[in-house]
Amino acid sequence: MSLPLYVQGAWFGGALLFILGLKGMSSPASARRGIVWAGYGMLIAIAASFLIPGLKNIALMIAALGSGSAAAWFSGKKVKMTDMPQMVAVYNGMGGGAAAAIAAIEFARGDAHGTITTTLAVIGALIGAVSFTGSCIAYAKLQGLMQRAYRLPAQNVVNVVLALAAAALGATMIALAPAEPELIYVFFAVALALGVVVTLPIGGADMPVVISLFNAFTGLAVGFEGYVLGNPALIIAGIVVGAAGTLLTQLMAKAMNRPLSNILFTPISGAAQGGGAIEGSMKEVGAIDAAALMRYASKVIIVPGYGMAVAHAQHKVWEMSEMLEEAGVEVKFAIHPVAGRMPGHMNVLLAEAGVPYDKIFDLEEINGEFAQADVALIIGANDVVNPSARTDKSSPIYGMPILNADFAQNVIVIKRGKGTGYSGVENALFYGDNTRMLYGDAQPMAGEIIQQLKAMG
Amino acid sequence: MEAFVAIYIFTLAAFAGYEIIGKVPVILHTPLMSGSNFIHGVVVVGAMIALGAADTVTEQAIGFFAVALGAANAAGGYVVTERMLAMFKKKEEAL
Repeated sequence: MSLPLYVQGAWFGGALLFILGLKGMSSPASARRGIVWAGYGMLIAIAASFLIPGLKNIALMIAALGSGSAAAWFSGKKVKMTDMPQMVAVYNGMGGGAAAAIAAIEFARGDAHGTITTTLAVIGALIGAVSFTGSCIAYAKLQGLMQRAYRLPAQNVVNVVLALAAAALGATMIALAPAEPELIYVFFAVALALGVVVTLPIGGADMPVVISLFNAFTGLAVGFEGYVLGNPALIIAGIVVGAAGTLLTQLMAKAMNRPLSNILFTPISGAAQGGGAIEGSMKEVGAIDAAALMRYASKVIIVPGYGMAVAHAQHKVWEMSEMLEEAGVEVKFAIHPVAGRMPGHMNVLLAEAGVPYDKIFDLEEINGEFAQADVALIIGANDVVNPSARTDKSSPIYGMPILNADFAQNVIVIKRGKGTGYSGVENALFYGDNTRMLYGDAQPMAGEIIQQLKAMG
Repeated sequence: MEAFVAIYIFTLAAFAGYEIIGKVPVILHTPLMSGSNFIHGVVVVGAMIALGAADTVTEQAIGFFAVALGAANAAGGYVVTERMLAMFKKKEEAL
């Protein structure tokens, strides 16, 4: 490759800043510095690309850069924190789409030479395209544009047939290279359809895993197209993200105790049978009793879930916690890895409300403490505190690591209605002798508790 | 590019990715995912290279599409990550 040294050097510097930035993001204290560094890396890499000798279509390029980044910049600035998962999904999908489009140009020009290059171009195009349409579907679902999980008849057969068709078309393209345009069109059509079909049946609570998976996909696609273009910066950034994303996806899948194949091919929703009938009844409580129970406790652990996000209740919840702390109660937050709709969803919402991160604990850190807690307050969480996962072998969520909220002296559950959680599984916790149900939307309920706490002084 | 050089880069980058993430606390899952989402926005550079070499109208159209999508990935990824990370504070800082 005959690029000037300053272009190559700038790309190398960009790649270095990405890695340093990502490293910075592995500690809460340096995380913000990390993203700023990575941001400089991006600016340097983009600026250097304008200096490539013989670069054509520069006006078109500036128009594309301007329109793409402006649209994303403004939408990203004004999106609500509760809607963050779908935003992350859609930006990720765009990256996948860009990687697939790069491959399309290389095929169209017949620039991809040699078996290795063509193979990587095809694989990158396939996973980039799947990530693109898959992320768009994930966005539509999270945004509420698509209300339910759609299952095609013989869903898994369709998945497998499309995947095999894409693989076969890709293999033909590698063998024939350069391939006929018609073959390329069909290949892309099948790859894009595959992303749609795979994502359609996947429901809400599996979303953190899916978003994380598509993030890893886009990373890998970028890395592979980087090889095709002979650009090490793309390879490094893409593969680092691909590896990190794969690891994160595994962590998520482990937190649900479901192998990835299970999440992709046998979604829980609607299919959940099993789980024995539960003895006992749900006992209701009012805000005044709930407030008193927490006001005179010495330790309260709050477990937030997707219900808190839906109700935008994070600010009220923190206001309530601060009042409890002023009354001398120790308050901690316990977060299950897959609570919400993307990895770390709850952390973001609590941080938005101003909860300091040293009050937020993950499953392993806090599970031993429930036994010493006077009250566990469950806000819009369900499956992640279902003790059946520990005890009932016939339950569909058996084996999933849960927050042991049932070990607390008292459990208060804020919940909109008596229905089951996303998985459709009855929650034994709600029927426990030490459990009281506070029915209502999380935000007004937290508000009522605050009023009661004020009245108690 | 020399295939073997690329294999070195692939392997080392994969290790780097694993090492950097390592045992990450749950609180950092968001910056980790959103931040890495931003970083693969570097695909915009690849899209610029592709568009910069495009000759026919079809190539230019696909290239325009690629650059716009890549730029959106980078810009959007940066904004949302920065917004989320700006909120992570310890108690003293929060006051």
